[in-house]
Amino acid sequence: MKSRKSKLFGAIAIAASIALTATGCSSDEGSNASGQVEVFSWWTGGGEEAGLNALVEVFNQEYPDVEFVNAAVAGGAGTNARAVLATRLQAGEAPDSFQGHAGAELMDYITAGQLEDLSFLYDEEGWRDVMPATLLPLITVDGKIYSVPVNIHRANVMWANPKVLADNGITMPGSWDEFFAAADKLKAAGVTPLALGEQWTQLHLFETVLLGVLGTDAYNGLWDGSTGWDSAEVKGALDTFKKVLTYTNSDAASLSWQDASKLVIDGKAAFNIMGDWAEGYFRVDNSLVEQEGYTWAPAPGTAGTFQFLSDSFTLPVGAKNRDAAIAWLKVAGSAAGQDAFNVKKGSIPARNDADKAIYPPYLQSAMDDWGSNKIAGSLTHGVTASNAWKAEIDTALGLFLQNKDVAKFQAALATAATNAGK
Amino acid sequence: MKRAKDWMPGLLLTAPSLIALAVFVYGFIGWNFRISLTDWKALSPDFNFVGLKNYRDLLIDERFKIDIKNSLIFTVVFMVACLLLGLLLAILLDQKMKFEGLFRSVYLLPMAISFIVTGVVWRWLMNPATDDRISGINLLFTKVGLDPLVNQWHLTPNWGMAGIALPAVWQMAGYTMALFLAGIRSIPEEIREAARVDGASEWRIYRHVILPQLRPIALSAIVILGHISLKVFDLIIAIAGKQLALDVPAIYMWQTSFDAYNFGKGATLATYILFSVAIVIIPYLFFTMRQERKS
Repeated sequence: MKSRKSKLFGAIAIAASIALTATGCSSDEGSNASGQVEVFSWWTGGGEEAGLNALVEVFNQEYPDVEFVNAAVAGGAGTNARAVLATRLQAGEAPDSFQGHAGAELMDYITAGQLEDLSFLYDEEGWRDVMPATLLPLITVDGKIYSVPVNIHRANVMWANPKVLADNGITMPGSWDEFFAAADKLKAAGVTPLALGEQWTQLHLFETVLLGVLGTDAYNGLWDGSTGWDSAEVKGALDTFKKVLTYTNSDAASLSWQDASKLVIDGKAAFNIMGDWAEGYFRVDNSLVEQEGYTWAPAPGTAGTFQFLSDSFTLPVGAKNRDAAIAWLKVAGSAAGQDAFNVKKGSIPARNDADKAIYPPYLQSAMDDWGSNKIAGSLTHGVTASNAWKAEIDTALGLFLQNKDVAKFQAALATAATNAGK
Repeated sequence: MKRAKDWMPGLLLTAPSLIALAVFVYGFIGWNFRISLTDWKALSPDFNFVGLKNYRDLLIDERFKIDIKNSLIFTVVFMVACLLLGLLLAILLDQKMKFEGLFRSVYLLPMAISFIVTGVVWRWLMNPATDDRISGINLLFTKVGLDPLVNQWHLTPNWGMAGIALPAVWQMAGYTMALFLAGIRSIPEEIREAARVDGASEWRIYRHVILPQLRPIALSAIVILGHISLKVFDLIIAIAGKQLALDVPAIYMWQTSFDAYNFGKGATLATYILFSVAIVIIPYLFFTMRQERKS
């Protein structure tokens, strides 16, 4: 009897304290954020999680009254997280802020009216001056900006094993033709020329081939409709892509991107094309030294172009803790927050006033390129095409991997562009 | 009034589950069908009625054709292998052997594992890498001198789905065995005795006495295995991820709904999956209902 009574009292006490914090929350709405902020992401492991934790640390220092609630859902590139998020948004249970790739991937949320315009933050915090002028137009929709980019990754990087290159007397190829010459040598020597992984890494390879063959302007034109998908140039790129595939490992479909990078590390393959998150895998996970264990160059034909993707945070309409969410976004966009996050995550800050000295050599070179290169967006990572368009391209690619029919592939890509209204 | 006393308590007791069924199964099937008639292509609902357009579009959809082919290969390999292996194991266990209980558990246990776990383990076992990176079953083959058997498993062009069916067979054959064994054991020993007295060999007893009596069991097994194979999703995701060579309608539905936010088309795919399962199950329901009425 007694224990039951005390349990009951305990329950009442808990209920009362919840009610108190709840009222405390609402009465505090003003300039000082407090209460909770629930942030949704797909950063659950490795450097990504470490980066998020570092960012949260900065946040906790600046806003000690706000409790950070991590609502991360595991799954690479957000494949699982997006399904969970869609359900929550439809149920009116939006998190206070969620991660999304900056660019066209957010369009679905924007057209559904689920995101708040954040232009006011850009004005208040002076971000328009510190975020690159090349980036802002790419994340601006009808004059409004709906997300705060925290980092920049580069997609068009070719990684290589320096020892394999030296043994076979080859250098980093500057074009796909140079690659084919080198690849023939490697093939004769019994080395897989290009390590490749599962289907999304093949889509990633496909976009770098498109960029390398078409050139930056024509590539960017694919996404606004000024370059026709049925043009002869695109056919040339598809033919090159088809040829590139013949120089890859036969078990690609069963490998993750890390498995593919590992083939390069182990000297079983010479090259691999992957975004620069692979750099952390080489340097941290495998304790390699740059230029000894691994080396890099822009993917063939893409020197002078920085094909980027960016993780960003948003403010959903109807966020329960709007003030705390805005506080979170301010930290995410601040120099201190971005430096803390990116050193751990292995990416460069979206801001151009970062403390360059604290970054490892690869990232320093990436910062130089980000400041000086032409900019193109990544398809695989949500910058250039809406989710629906990307899914159609992915299906067309999947069919092509089956039948290797370039004409059919091109027709399917052209149809996909038409369906997307380009 | 007296009658109400008879059926009221029963109805009241089953009402909660009936209501839950009506809402969460049949209600949602109806809702899904309604969405399949719209061109809802965004995050926010859009109930713009387009009739059967989604259904017609899918019939000429190249990816959907691959899905149907893959589903058929998987279903045939999975069902035939499970039934034959299950029957064989059941007959072997029926030989009044020692440690029968132990063997029964050993063969049945894989069923207790989820398809995801099975998939992860078999992903390693069926590693298609060759030469110096060879591993898994292929490595075993080379070690025992069976090199010609080394193959690409689920990455075999055109027939990869047969490779995916192997882990599913490993998982469900024991269950099929348990079904058949129960069936064999339910046949009275006297019938076998009578056959033996008539001079029938053991082979003929199985062929002409036992097998015909297992027909209803085989039918149940086909229905149970059939609906598993038509809905297979997690096993493929665990082994192969999302790639078109090993695509099935369930994966297509997932990608269409949650990667591309095309809920109208996703709901149409779901309805097609429901139809395919119904084709297997409804004749079975009719059959069993007729059987019950007879007895």
